[in-house]
Amino acid sequence: MQTGSTVPTALPLRPPAHRVDPRARSWWRLRGLGGAATVALPQLVVALVLGGPGWLWGTLVATVAAGLVYAAVVPGILFRIHRWEVTEEAVYTLSGWLVREWRIAPISRVQTVDTEHGPLQQLLGLASVTVTTASARGPVTIRGLATAHAQELARQLTETTQATPGDAT
Amino acid sequence: MTVSADPAVEVPWRRLDPRMVVVEPVRTLVKLLPVLIVVLITGSNNDPVRPWVTLGIGVLVVAAGVVRWRTTRYRITAERVELHSGWLRRQRRSVPRDRIRTVDLTASPLHRAFRLSVVAVRAADSGGEHRHGGLTLDAVSTAEAETLRRELLDRRAPQPGEAPIAGSDAARATEPTTGSGTGPVAESPAEELARLHWSWLRFAPLTFSSLAGVGAIAAAAFNVLNELGVSPTEVDGVDAAAERLAAAPLWLAVGLVGLALLVVAVVGSVLLFTERWWGYRLTREADGTLRVRRGLLTTRSLSVAEERLRGVGVHEPLLLRAGGGAQTRALSTGLGREAQGGVLQPPAPRAEAHRVAGAALRRLHPGTEADPTRTPLRPHPPAARRRRYTRALVPVLVLVAAAALVGRVWPGLAWIWPGTLVLVPLAALLAADRYRALGHALTPRYLVSRLGGLSRRTVALQRSGVIGWTIRQSPFQRRAGLVTLQAVTAAGEGGYRVLDLGAADAVALVDATTPGLLPPTRD
Repeated sequence: MQTGSTVPTALPLRPPAHRVDPRARSWWRLRGLGGAATVALPQLVVALVLGGPGWLWGTLVATVAAGLVYAAVVPGILFRIHRWEVTEEAVYTLSGWLVREWRIAPISRVQTVDTEHGPLQQLLGLASVTVTTASARGPVTIRGLATAHAQELARQLTETTQATPGDAT
Repeated sequence: MTVSADPAVEVPWRRLDPRMVVVEPVRTLVKLLPVLIVVLITGSNNDPVRPWVTLGIGVLVVAAGVVRWRTTRYRITAERVELHSGWLRRQRRSVPRDRIRTVDLTASPLHRAFRLSVVAVRAADSGGEHRHGGLTLDAVSTAEAETLRRELLDRRAPQPGEAPIAGSDAARATEPTTGSGTGPVAESPAEELARLHWSWLRFAPLTFSSLAGVGAIAAAAFNVLNELGVSPTEVDGVDAAAERLAAAPLWLAVGLVGLALLVVAVVGSVLLFTERWWGYRLTREADGTLRVRRGLLTTRSLSVAEERLRGVGVHEPLLLRAGGGAQTRALSTGLGREAQGGVLQPPAPRAEAHRVAGAALRRLHPGTEADPTRTPLRPHPPAARRRRYTRALVPVLVLVAAAALVGRVWPGLAWIWPGTLVLVPLAALLAADRYRALGHALTPRYLVSRLGGLSRRTVALQRSGVIGWTIRQSPFQRRAGLVTLQAVTAAGEGGYRVLDLGAADAVALVDATTPGLLPPTRD
């Protein structure tokens, strides 16, 4: 899976080992287009129904263009950046596009493991795995895994954490 | 309402104190008083219905009180605390005893008149079914409350699978055997860590919560007047004074009103401080809990199970800091904002706040002499200073530019933009102050970090209390080689940030605090 250091991290930290499923690119693309559509549609409706001012067509074109550029460029970047890894010690993720975020949760402090499939994710056969600790600021989410893979990962994590005694606070 | 049949097998259910049959209706009637007065006063005097309505309300309130007392039961079994309440809508709450973090006793003047106390039990978020766990017994006799407090926080028989002091492997590995609070300590009497000095009253007007409290009281008073149909302008003298004020020159009027507000705020905050902190004592009880007792009219007692303590924070809001004061808070799991925010102390001189912070932690790690919150901190790189300046100045400069533009377009408003120039040096001062605050250090037991200008805080977080990390880097930070590190913990706010430290330092800090957590290979 690992193809050298394509990710320019300014941290002296090895990026997590695994990439997400390649289908995650489609997921990000669809989400980006969906977001652009929710902004563009009201503008279109207003422009058509009320015969809105001329500049409205301008912003509409800009919105659509931004959405298309995002869908064309950003999912590839996200796919190169997003990584995850589960070791015997911890769960790590690296995510974000402009703002990068590394999240680390020690296995010994994990309280619950959840899998989640949104409608878009289901369509693409993807799922997210969320690992929660005793802190509201601590959840680590791995997004865009293949469904079967996510379920297997969640099962493994649940087994490991149940073997750890204490209430993990 | 069946009481458990066989006490030999099951722990019997207990009722709240019978005196609640009186207290509860009185409390409700006091709340309804404005409504009742309005019902009685307004309308014609010979209306035969009104007294009956009032009487009916009274009977209902008393009946509700009796029903509430009859239907509320609680019991403490070996594993859990259970509370059943409600008649039509029954509620069952149950808190596992090993998750209890704090036990809070409160007695309002009404409760005190009947020697009763409200017991609030708070438990840790278990991440699952019992989020925001906890229950409240309102109310039991003060003696019973005291017994419950001791019983519920008694950790002398630790649950299996839980370390007695710091419940984690990391703590056990890094620390030699501390006298784990089981044997000899239990017999020693309560140790006093701090008590009130009336000279601290000088800090009362410097805390925002006091000022906010004064505002709340003023608003409440205004509401009551409004409810009673009294307009402040109709009170003799007020109107006349207002007229005379309106006739005076503007600067004098503004000055007088400002002065009046200031006097009200100062007097009000001093009164509030007195009510809140009267008889303040911080003690370490024989069973190893930290206990804060305070209050003049409403007495409060907050107990924190010491093995739930994950650290302390010393808070210095700008005004308080300017007056040389600070306030200490406990970082404890299961102690959110609602449980009095974990406040261990009234606003006090800075040195005293640091001393109490250290004293509160001392038994967790006996032998550590220095107060962790006074550890000399490593300053952050110069890039962090530049970031403080850009972050403070850019918005202000945008504001100045906008004001200048407004002045250009509407010449009538041209006087605004020179005024906004005042903000520039203020922002620069704030930036310098914020950079001075930045720093972090790792002691053998604590991760210490400080940040903030308007609201500065120094936090000493137990290393074994760190249950995760997040490292964030914005594009600007990436260019400057900085990151924002957040130590995630189950206590307090859930996470504490170390702002703008060098990227390599952040990784080293994570590695030193929680060895072995980071992936082994690095570039």
